[in-house]
Amino acid sequence: MTDIHRDIKPLGERPRILQMQEVDKTFNGNVAALRRMSLTVNEGDLISLLGPSGCGKSTALRLIAGLMRPTRGRIVWDGGQSADDLGVVFQEPTLMPWATVIQNVYLPFRLRGQSLASVRDRIGEVLHLVGLDKFVESYPRELSGGMKMRVSIARALVTNPRLILMDEPFAALDEITRQKLNNDLLSLKAATGCTVIFVTHSVFESVFLSDRILVMAPRPGRVISEITVDQPYPRDSAFRTSPEYAAIARRTSDTLMAAMGNTEMEAET
Amino acid sequence: MSIAEDGTSGLKPAVNEPESALYDAEEARYARARRIEAVAKWALPIIVMTLAIWGWDRLVVINNIPKYILPSPGLVVETLIKDWGILYPSMLVTLKITLTALAVAVVGGVLLAVLFTQSKFAEMSFFPFAVIMQVTPIVSVAPLIFIYVTNGFVALILCAWIVAFFPILANTTLGLKSADHNLRDLMTIYRANRWQRLRYLQLPSALPYFLGGLRIAGGLSLIGAIVAEYVAGSTAAGSGLAFRILEASYRLNIPRMYAGLLLIALMGVAIFMITAGLNHFLLRKWHESALKRD
Repeated sequence: MTDIHRDIKPLGERPRILQMQEVDKTFNGNVAALRRMSLTVNEGDLISLLGPSGCGKSTALRLIAGLMRPTRGRIVWDGGQSADDLGVVFQEPTLMPWATVIQNVYLPFRLRGQSLASVRDRIGEVLHLVGLDKFVESYPRELSGGMKMRVSIARALVTNPRLILMDEPFAALDEITRQKLNNDLLSLKAATGCTVIFVTHSVFESVFLSDRILVMAPRPGRVISEITVDQPYPRDSAFRTSPEYAAIARRTSDTLMAAMGNTEMEAET
Repeated sequence: MSIAEDGTSGLKPAVNEPESALYDAEEARYARARRIEAVAKWALPIIVMTLAIWGWDRLVVINNIPKYILPSPGLVVETLIKDWGILYPSMLVTLKITLTALAVAVVGGVLLAVLFTQSKFAEMSFFPFAVIMQVTPIVSVAPLIFIYVTNGFVALILCAWIVAFFPILANTTLGLKSADHNLRDLMTIYRANRWQRLRYLQLPSALPYFLGGLRIAGGLSLIGAIVAEYVAGSTAAGSGLAFRILEASYRLNIPRMYAGLLLIALMGVAIFMITAGLNHFLLRKWHESALKRD
């Protein structure tokens, strides 16, 4: 349906996009936010970084985004990195309040020096994908929390980036809206074949969305387990009540609890 | 594929009840309070102002106060009309000084604010000067300015500018630094250059702050102009309103002093209303301060 669609290959056959190699991140010389974090992102992946607050999930994302540099280790993009490799969705919608929806989504193109006329169709297409056709000329304040987040997602998608980073994008939304947006995110992924790293502290969200879950533990932040969710897409609301879903959610939850338990015991000894 | 609606959109009641049924006593009371408030917003200031003027008039008439001590409001208006040929050109002079100073303050304040946010070292170097200029009372600096600057008109503008410039600088600097940090990150991720960052993020973020500064500076530039005229007295080829008031006071022409004062007050109100209107016009679409809420 769109000229930007990429076909998603099965898990083992996807070309690699990016590798985080044994990355350490230390703040102020001694606070270890991240230790020996390794991560491989392949085209079409939807990877969740799951863990409690303070486990370095957001730090990992900021490192990949190039907003900070690793203290040790490397982040390598296959084929080098360029300005339009990334799309980002933050926890807040992060829209410019003085600009209309279309102007907000136009921003990445505008910064590249492309005229609005030349990308108007593309923006319309993405706004249609996120269901905001009728709100093109609206200001952010006129939209609900969920709709603002859709604009934010549209902005991240619009340049068709190699990788989209999402930092707990739905954490501030109510449960009903959040489930709806989770469903919609999977539809978007099916429609565009985008690659996503999704930070969350919700076990259920991570199981529902991802094909791989990296469970992280705090102090120092590190990956303690990788869980593959080998359930086929498309997944719909029925998946949320399936026994497979429950089993994986249980396993993920146990892993997370074990990680936290270990950390607490480590802290006591 | 299209995603229709959030779960958040409001549900309409299934049965369309007649309006009167929904209109209970409490709602009626609330609606009445709203109506009264809407009328009072305009009526109250007018009534109180009228009463005050009437009281002033009665005070003068009943106590038989001579006009060289306190003229009646009627006489002030009469004098304003009678002396219009003298007062109006003076008002234009003061207005010209005020607006020129304000314009220079806006341009200078914004440019300096941009410079400060672009270069930390520029801010470190020059901010203390700005503060010193702000905290030193203009009355004490003005005599020096009139010695050094021979062109009286320029000297007056300089005085008014010194007073008006700081709120613009301080507010705009704050505004430029107040851009949302996630949006700043976004700019970094999309590799925006310095100019793009300024143009698309920092300047729009600073607009409400700048307009707040402008409202203060508008009033201050008038004050600065008037104060400078007073200090200049007859030395600086002054024929502005303050000079007229001084002149009238030497001649014990109290009604003309009041007429001049009235014009200055009206100018101040006009400047305030224009800046407030500008504020509303530019922010009405998006900024919290300009939004109406029920």
